[in-house]
Amino acid sequence: MRREDVLARLREFGLSLYEQMSRGEFPRVKLRSRTLKNIVYDVESKQFVIGDKTVVRSAANLRQIKSLTQLIWVAYFAYNSIKANQPTTLRDLYYNAEAFGIEFEDQSESNEIVSDLETVLGIPREDFMIYPEERSAIFGDLVVEYTHPDPDYYGKRINLSSHPDGVMIGPALLSAEFVECNADKVIAIETGGLFTRFIAEKVHRRFNAILIHTAGQAPRSTRRFIRRLNMELGLPVYILTDADPWGMHIAMVIISGSANAAHITDLNTPDAKWIGVWATDITKYKLPTEPMDERDIARLEALRRDPRYKDPFWSREIDEFNRLKRKAEQQSFSRYGLSYVVDKYLPDKLALFK
Amino acid sequence: MSKDVREVYEAISPADFFYRNREIAGFDNPVRATYTIVRELVENSLDACETHGILPSVYVSLTETGRAGVYRIRVEDNGCGVPKEYIPSAFGQILFGSKYVLRQTRGMFGLGGKMAILYGQITTHSSVKIISGTGGPVKYQCELMIDIQSNKPILLRGGIKTLPNPLYWHGTIVEFEFEGDYSRSKGRILDYFRQTAIILPYANISFITPEGIYYRFLRVTDKLPKIPKEVLPHPKGVDVELIKRLVKRTRSDRMVDFISYNFHRVGRKTALALLKRAKIDPNKDPKELTSDEIVKLVNAMKRYDNFLPPDASCLSPIGPELLVKGIEKELKPEFVYAVQRKPSSYSGHPFIVEAAIAYGGGVQPPKPGEINLYRYANKIPLLYDTASDVSFKVIKSIKWSRYRIDLEMPIAFFVHIVSTKVPYKTVGKEFIADIPEVAYEIEWALKTCARKLKSYLMSKIRRIAIERRVNVLEKYLPKIAQFSSELAGKNPSSIDVEKIIGRLRR
Repeated sequence: MRREDVLARLREFGLSLYEQMSRGEFPRVKLRSRTLKNIVYDVESKQFVIGDKTVVRSAANLRQIKSLTQLIWVAYFAYNSIKANQPTTLRDLYYNAEAFGIEFEDQSESNEIVSDLETVLGIPREDFMIYPEERSAIFGDLVVEYTHPDPDYYGKRINLSSHPDGVMIGPALLSAEFVECNADKVIAIETGGLFTRFIAEKVHRRFNAILIHTAGQAPRSTRRFIRRLNMELGLPVYILTDADPWGMHIAMVIISGSANAAHITDLNTPDAKWIGVWATDITKYKLPTEPMDERDIARLEALRRDPRYKDPFWSREIDEFNRLKRKAEQQSFSRYGLSYVVDKYLPDKLALFK
Repeated sequence: MSKDVREVYEAISPADFFYRNREIAGFDNPVRATYTIVRELVENSLDACETHGILPSVYVSLTETGRAGVYRIRVEDNGCGVPKEYIPSAFGQILFGSKYVLRQTRGMFGLGGKMAILYGQITTHSSVKIISGTGGPVKYQCELMIDIQSNKPILLRGGIKTLPNPLYWHGTIVEFEFEGDYSRSKGRILDYFRQTAIILPYANISFITPEGIYYRFLRVTDKLPKIPKEVLPHPKGVDVELIKRLVKRTRSDRMVDFISYNFHRVGRKTALALLKRAKIDPNKDPKELTSDEIVKLVNAMKRYDNFLPPDASCLSPIGPELLVKGIEKELKPEFVYAVQRKPSSYSGHPFIVEAAIAYGGGVQPPKPGEINLYRYANKIPLLYDTASDVSFKVIKSIKWSRYRIDLEMPIAFFVHIVSTKVPYKTVGKEFIADIPEVAYEIEWALKTCARKLKSYLMSKIRRIAIERRVNVLEKYLPKIAQFSSELAGKNPSSIDVEKIIGRLRR
């Protein structure tokens, strides 16, 4: 959304509360409910979407007035960030609140209020220039041009393979335009260890791929960026995670989005593929394993009830994990030598999806 | 069974009787005696003031004499005083009751005070010193002892002295020594004063202890309860002895006149009906009644159901207003409510129950399993045997949860029963018997108070809830006003936060 439009929406929001109060009313705001009951999986768009149920947050309700105050402050904070062209992080926001006498128990509470503002206005926080602490990185033969308003960078171009540690996926990259791409695929990798190994093994060149480090569960900006690569450049996306319920779900969130961000659409990449490490690979490749703990088992049970895992492929993997009750890391291929994963496993897997 | 055994009969004087049976009147040991002496003298003083419409000021001092276990008590009041000619018998002769009229007073015959003096005499063999004035230009002073066997006062040191009374003082000072134990009766005596101060908010009471501590209980109102009227005995409550005494005294020469002049709420018609039932000729001279006829008459009176209930004008309850004042001054509660029930009667004796409930503030929660119960009978605090009292049983039987009350809360209960004959269960006069009529009145008096406390507690909860909401609103609403105004580019001063909060209080 255009900067001016975002600012106008924020002003409107402030005005609606202002007008209620100047009429002597308790200010209130209506927003769509983000409770699990109101989040449905849309088979068509292959993502979670928010339903029609709305809730009212009113200052007349003692349990809601605090979060309503936090909400209007977050809007005020966003407005000033945009006005000042100043990208901020969720953590900045959390700490800045104190200076205004706004209390948050912890950052998860302030994150939640940011999600509320997204829901009220239907605008993703990236448009408010509010980002998470970035951990995600990208490496590959892709040239981008910054549209970032900072005059030091505006209009400059960079090849994303120019830095051997990869380039952080942040606000500047997110708003950059794609100029030239010589890769023909995207490989998203859960762990930093394997990401570094892939760069060292020149996977980008050997497999003509853009490499992305998701750093565990991919942040929204990373998921949005992966989607852009897929949609704008038509690149197929392959996801490589640890062989455990958590890794499996990292792939699923990239593919079909998360319930947490159901109020924000177009973060997912429906055509992305989870290429491993699968439960069935553990036996196939005789990988060194660890037993699953209680949390792993519980997570597996939760996934089994999730509608997205009803698909025969996914439920086969869940059954296999359940049978094994063991898990393996991406790095476990190192038992066959450091380059085994690139020389043998990756070609095997990519071949399956040709 | 031996032939040598001979029964020895002797008549004993009332003084001698009390001397031999002093435990009955509360003088069984030095601890109890100390408490009883203080109490009897204070009550005599209070009666001397109240029955004459005088706001009581009573000064009590208890000092050590230097002899082990011997104390000197001095009680001064501003009552009506005793006329010179009655001083010897008022303090030095124990008389059985000669009252044929009934009126609520603390002690029926002023016996307790004389017992206290007698106890002092027999334990220390010393005299009592009296000073009394009736508001005239002179006052009188004397010292006397009681001749126990003949029940006669013996005036010492030249009899009654006349002293000038330039201030036209009225009142009485009584001073004597006795063997007692203050350190062990101290708690009880102080309780007695504190509880007395509650029921008598119109009295000034001062007490100087043997340790030299000065306790002052000040009056907070100039209002006295109405002075009780004297009434004739109600026929439901008479016995053979009373009829015999009345007969001896009466000037009527016909039974029908005798009955209608001497009993409460009995007229000619009722008198005739009673005599018919007792099969006594209405024209018979009362002096010629046989014992058998007297018994028949008493029985007829007991069985007759159509008497008007006794009139309560002979009673002197203190009223809810004074009760509340007394409780507020001594306990400083957060909430107090008092009620007075309509007069009722049991066995021909009129009575009125007054009750109050105090909550919070200076009222402490009771000790586990106990109840903060203040009991009074004819304005006297009852301090012993709380758990045996009818009020205690009534409180235990009420379903307090219905009133949102929990007996572990900081609650104090007050029950005051006034009657021409308080239904004490024992001669010790420390707790009230379980008379159904009395229990009923106590129950409903307390329930009325409980309803008020309930609505107070409920509104307090509501008030606290509103205050809490107002506090929260005052914290957040100005911020919402500030940030929404800044976002909208408006002036926040056009928002009246107080007005919005005011919507809550409506």
